[in-house]
Amino acid sequence: MPESSSVPSSVTASDSDSVSYSSKSSDSHGRFSSVEELQHQLSEVDYLCDPGLAGVVYLADRLGKPMLVEGPAGTGKTQLAKSVAEITGSRLIRLQCYEGLDEAKALYEWNYKKQLLRIQTERQVDASWDDVSDDIFSDEFLLTRPLLEAITAEDPIVLLIDEVDRVEVETEALLLEVLSEYQVSIPELGTIKARQVPLVFLTSNNTRELSEALKRRCLYLHIDYPSMEREKQIVLAKVPDITENLASQVSQVVRSIRRLELKKAPSVSETLDWALTLVLLGVSHIDAEIAADTVNILLKYQSDIAKANKELTSVDGLSP
Amino acid sequence: MQVGTELSDGTDTQEQDQDQPQALSELAVEAGEPLLELLNGFMAELRAVGIPASLTESLDAMEAVKHIPITQRDSFKYALAATLVKNQAHWQAFETAFEVYFSLRGDEYAITDDDLTTADSDTGEAESPAEGQGGAAGAALSPEELAEMLYRALLQGDNSMMRTAAREAVRRYAGMEPGRPVGGTYYLYRTLRNLDLEGVLERLMAVEQDSSGEVTDADDFNLRLRRDDYELRIAELKHQIESEIRRRLVADRGVEAMAKTLRRPLPSDIDFMHASREEMTSLRKAIYPLTRKLAARLVRKRRQGRTGPLDFRSTVRHSLAYGGVPAEPKFRHKRPHKPDIMVIADVSGSVAAFARFTLHLVYAISSQFSKVRSFVFIDGLDEVTNFFEGSDDIAEAVHRVNTEADVVWVDGHSDYGHALGVFRDNYFDGIGPRTTVLILGDARNNYHAPQSWIVKAMQDKARQVFWLNPEPRSYWDTGDSIVGEYAPYCDGVFEVRNLRQLEAFVNRLV
Repeated sequence: MPESSSVPSSVTASDSDSVSYSSKSSDSHGRFSSVEELQHQLSEVDYLCDPGLAGVVYLADRLGKPMLVEGPAGTGKTQLAKSVAEITGSRLIRLQCYEGLDEAKALYEWNYKKQLLRIQTERQVDASWDDVSDDIFSDEFLLTRPLLEAITAEDPIVLLIDEVDRVEVETEALLLEVLSEYQVSIPELGTIKARQVPLVFLTSNNTRELSEALKRRCLYLHIDYPSMEREKQIVLAKVPDITENLASQVSQVVRSIRRLELKKAPSVSETLDWALTLVLLGVSHIDAEIAADTVNILLKYQSDIAKANKELTSVDGLSP
Repeated sequence: MQVGTELSDGTDTQEQDQDQPQALSELAVEAGEPLLELLNGFMAELRAVGIPASLTESLDAMEAVKHIPITQRDSFKYALAATLVKNQAHWQAFETAFEVYFSLRGDEYAITDDDLTTADSDTGEAESPAEGQGGAAGAALSPEELAEMLYRALLQGDNSMMRTAAREAVRRYAGMEPGRPVGGTYYLYRTLRNLDLEGVLERLMAVEQDSSGEVTDADDFNLRLRRDDYELRIAELKHQIESEIRRRLVADRGVEAMAKTLRRPLPSDIDFMHASREEMTSLRKAIYPLTRKLAARLVRKRRQGRTGPLDFRSTVRHSLAYGGVPAEPKFRHKRPHKPDIMVIADVSGSVAAFARFTLHLVYAISSQFSKVRSFVFIDGLDEVTNFFEGSDDIAEAVHRVNTEADVVWVDGHSDYGHALGVFRDNYFDGIGPRTTVLILGDARNNYHAPQSWIVKAMQDKARQVFWLNPEPRSYWDTGDSIVGEYAPYCDGVFEVRNLRQLEAFVNRLV
């Protein structure tokens, strides 16, 4: 990340000062006029969702709360944040979580090299200790990382904290202050409060239980695989040149495959890949043979593929 | 700013002091008393089920419902869920409670006028029993007409028609009587028996097969897809019937009473030994994410664990960065201890489900162990390790264990003594000083000889011997249960009745 100068100059160097730009003002709420409107706007950027999902996003905006989105891989959790950023005309700031993520990568870091340079320059002029120490802990030497950047930004922001289940439980605590108060405390500088309440999305693949403290601060949304009708609409919207007939067949087959007990069920993005493949192959109608030939796009495990092939050609329905 | 219709009076609430319980009642004034009362009861119910909804979250929910009117039922439901339910496994419990508490509200449930007359006003009173010359509009339909309507609704997948049919079916067949202390399942059974949905499915499929003569797309593959379609629609119909029955019961008996009758344990609390078929399905669904989580956590734990002795070479190498001063000592990684596991599981009758889930779990995290061998028994004993090693589909392997393993010696009643004897004769050499032996079973021995000396011999040879018993602790050593005979020779005897306890045990094991 480049050195950023986005920390406003009004931040003073005194410790106790808490810099407040504006209180949680009401202008940050009410980005959307109603649930229907939001759903409609989302569908215009090709994000098709249920009223339930739109309702939760709407609520997150109204209550000024972060939103924790869970669900199987490839159901559009990250895409939701991107789409919301698009319709609100906000900048998307993304914090990708991983094991070993720390303060310096998530919140802020002091620019040691620059501080060192500063001290060396100071040597020649004989400045007093106080001057120097005040000086090197000012915003000029602060490197903002995604969380701080989201809070200090002046333009509208959507903050995406991706795959939050990958960080250790202890690291989660880093997020808490930002998520509940929308502020960051820097010991040398004071507390930096948000100028606006950004829309915050956290995504999780549910590889571990998140801490109660984190969950309590968030609205929770579980995104599951879409219904057959919804998936058909998604295929129609995202795959160019697909016929209605083929789209409905695609969603039908995928729905049936998801009913099986598989190691990994096909995600929406895999459905789209499959649909695209079929279009490129010039298929207008799916039969058993074509399905068997191309099912490896949907399923990634050999045992799953074998199971799907076996199951889908038996008329007797789901074997228990 | 406010959208709520019923709740829109009052000003916008600012920050509530979240530590004050009175805050609830302050909000109450704005949210409207009846709704507040309903929500309060609802949250109490959620807590009674075991969903940990904290005070802060309740306040959020109160705040949330001011923005989403109760008339938008779907959004309203999600709004409540978003604030109160933070775990997908709790969703079903939430949904049940929601339906009970809010089933008499919302747009969808006040469909048409004539529907209302039958469904809402005279629920409970004018409902005549199954023979039904029931009072109002719907009565015009004869049973044949109703069946036809149902058939067409399923054929076309017409949701509103399905809802009407479901409602009519319940009114006609369930034979609900006010104040009768019968559970919803009884009415559901009566309704379904009269509808013969299996028959309807056959009829639908028959039509498909007939039309296949003309249309080319009716190979097995497409027929299968259609069948899935219809099956899902029928499931949906059943669901509708169920909620219709529930709705009427609520109207009859009141919300709290119904909530209590319908309360089901969360998946992690379901008792292995007394799970219904439905609960089994939700258990099976719950075990996948559980094993995944467990595996992820175990790997992480291992990586974080204390490091081993000083790695001199690495320390010197890294000291170069500090001008030769070994400022950053490096340590060797400790070799992870991976135990051998031997699972000996009773697969007779009631404890079979427990054995299945435990085997499933052990194999799902088998990468954490250096070797896993498994044995199943009833009164005979058989090794089933190769069922699991051959395939990577655990469910399939468990199925094979149930059908192929040779576990019956005389009569197919548990005989721990004999099974242990077989183990002693054939497989005892497999136990080494690094082996952990898990014995799964309720130790209900049908009064055979316990042969507990074999367990003692195991303990002498193995690193650890654990006994997992799926029965509640209070039942141990009652009747023909002889856990007490084996317990002195085990390093631990645990009560493992549900997924929560199983998970805790496995965590301890690794």
